[in-house]
Formats: sequence, C-alpha cells, structure tokens
Amino acid sequence: MRKVWIWLPLMLFLAFIGLFASGLFQPDDRVIHSRLVGQPLPAFTLPAGASDRPALASAQLATGKPRLLNIFASWCVPCAAEAPQLMALKQAGVEIDAIAIRDARPDVDGFLKRYGNPYARIGLDAQSKIQMDLGSSGVPETFVIDGKGRIAYQHIGDIRADDVPMILDRLRDAQ
Amino acid sequence: MKLLLALLMALVAVPAAAQTALPPAPWADRQIPDAAQERKAKALMETIRCLTCQSQSIADSGASMAGDMRSQIRERIMAGEQPEAIRTWLISRYGDWVSYEPTAAPILWPLWGAPLLFLGLGLLLLRGRIKRRKSR
Repeated sequence: MRKVWIWLPLMLFLAFIGLFASGLFQPDDRVIHSRLVGQPLPAFTLPAGASDRPALASAQLATGKPRLLNIFASWCVPCAAEAPQLMALKQAGVEIDAIAIRDARPDVDGFLKRYGNPYARIGLDAQSKIQMDLGSSGVPETFVIDGKGRIAYQHIGDIRADDVPMILDRLRDAQ
Repeated sequence: MKLLLALLMALVAVPAAAQTALPPAPWADRQIPDAAQERKAKALMETIRCLTCQSQSIADSGASMAGDMRSQIRERIMAGEQPEAIRTWLISRYGDWVSYEPTAAPILWPLWGAPLLFLGLGLLLLRGRIKRRKSR
C-alpha cells in the first residue's frame, strides 16, 4: 500500500505538467459570448443615431419576421469593412436595425455617407448602456432577432463575405 | 530650465483618445461625493473584469468600455442598488467570466473543498506520526 502512495506526488506533478502543456497548444479563445442568446431582448428605447433614420426601441424588433440588429460605431474600423456585407444582406431582403455605440449623430451621418446606409432604424447608445445590457463586448457585433424579439444568434466581429450565407441560414432558422 | 519646461509640458499632456472621440461617461473617472458609496463602488469595480483588456479589472483599465462600465456602476450605486445585485446583472450578461470573485457554482466546489481536504489529510498524517512516536 505504502509503495503506491509514494508515487502519488509525482503522478500529480506529471498531471499538472500535462494540463499546462495542453493549454499551450490549445488556441486562445478570448471571445465573450452574450448569455442572452436564446432569451428575449432586454427592453430599451434609444434616441435617433442618424439624422435621416428613425430612432430604435426594443419593441420595434419583434415584428414577426427575423431581422438583424447590428452593433457598430463610426470610429470602428472593422465596421467600415463589414459595410459591403451588410449592404448585400439588405439587398437579399434582410431588414437591419442598428445601435451606434459611443457615437455622435454628425459622426454617424458622415460614416453612413461614406460607407452606405443599410439600416432601417438607428439608435444612439452614447454610454454603451444598452450594449452592456445585451451582453455585447465590442464593435462590430450582429444579433439575429427572431419574430418574437428573442436573440437567436450573436455574431462577434465583422461579417466577412463568406459569413453572409451563414447569416442568411441563421435568419431562416429563426423563422 | 528647458528640461524643467519639457517636464512640465509632459505633465499637462493629455493622452490621445485611443478609441472614440466622445469624452468619457460622466462617472467614469469621477468619485461619488458620498465616501461610503464610493468605497462600495470601488470595491466592486476592482473585481469586475474589463472586456477589452481582459486581464485587467475595470478599475485599472483605460479602455473606453471599462470607463462606461465604471460610470454605470457608480450611477447604479448612487441609485441605491447593492454591489452584489450589479455583479449578478453583469454575470447574467457576460457569464461568470466577468467577475473575479469566485462563486459557489458546482464547478468551483473542488476549489472551496481543497483546503478542507488538505487540512484533513494533514491531520491524518499528524495522527499517524504521533501514534508511531508514542508506541516507540
């Protein structure tokens, strides 16, 4: 019995080495997903974020038809990079609303003029309050909202050209 | 003299806004006038993880989102909300990840149990030694 026990510390030591070594080879995942996926959107009412689009309230997102809620900002570089993909989604008949984070209306106007405006409504979240309430941890992010106003999917980071079919699938699944 | 002037200018220099053009949220870098409330808010902020600079607390981080989180925490404390309620709200959005304070979730039971386990093992070992010495 004693003979077995004497090996225990070495075994534990090797187990820890194994654990740390496996951690070295695993890809680092720093993406923080919202815990609200699958749950209803938190209630919010935001002022208008652009001068030629209406303001946004959470009630307007439960329309019986799945739609996208894009979290963006005029100061965010990847947001400009995903603009063509959002435009393509809009042309595919997807309704897209947006929340502009830590932004000001003239800046949003300038951004939309430069990169195009795929949005139906734009809300302004100057202090990231609604962003936090959505469990969103950065810009850009895109939520798929189902017809009942529930969050069906959260896409973190910019939508690349090859993500567009996947987003369309998610919208179809959210019917 | 020139060096002194340069040093003085370095002191008043404002770090360039790294992320957004907007000024920080109203309570991001301003203390609550009530010292007891500020203490509560500060203690909470030190245990909330920054989403942008992921190994810093929001109290230490200069990220604009951390500033917005500090501002919101101070506003909520001023409105009378308890720090633990704010922590629960943040965890319900971002998961246990956002809090540096360990919870009582089942996955952490070994963490809480380990000290007791090792103390028990130590006592067993001690008892064995004392017995052996006595019998000698």
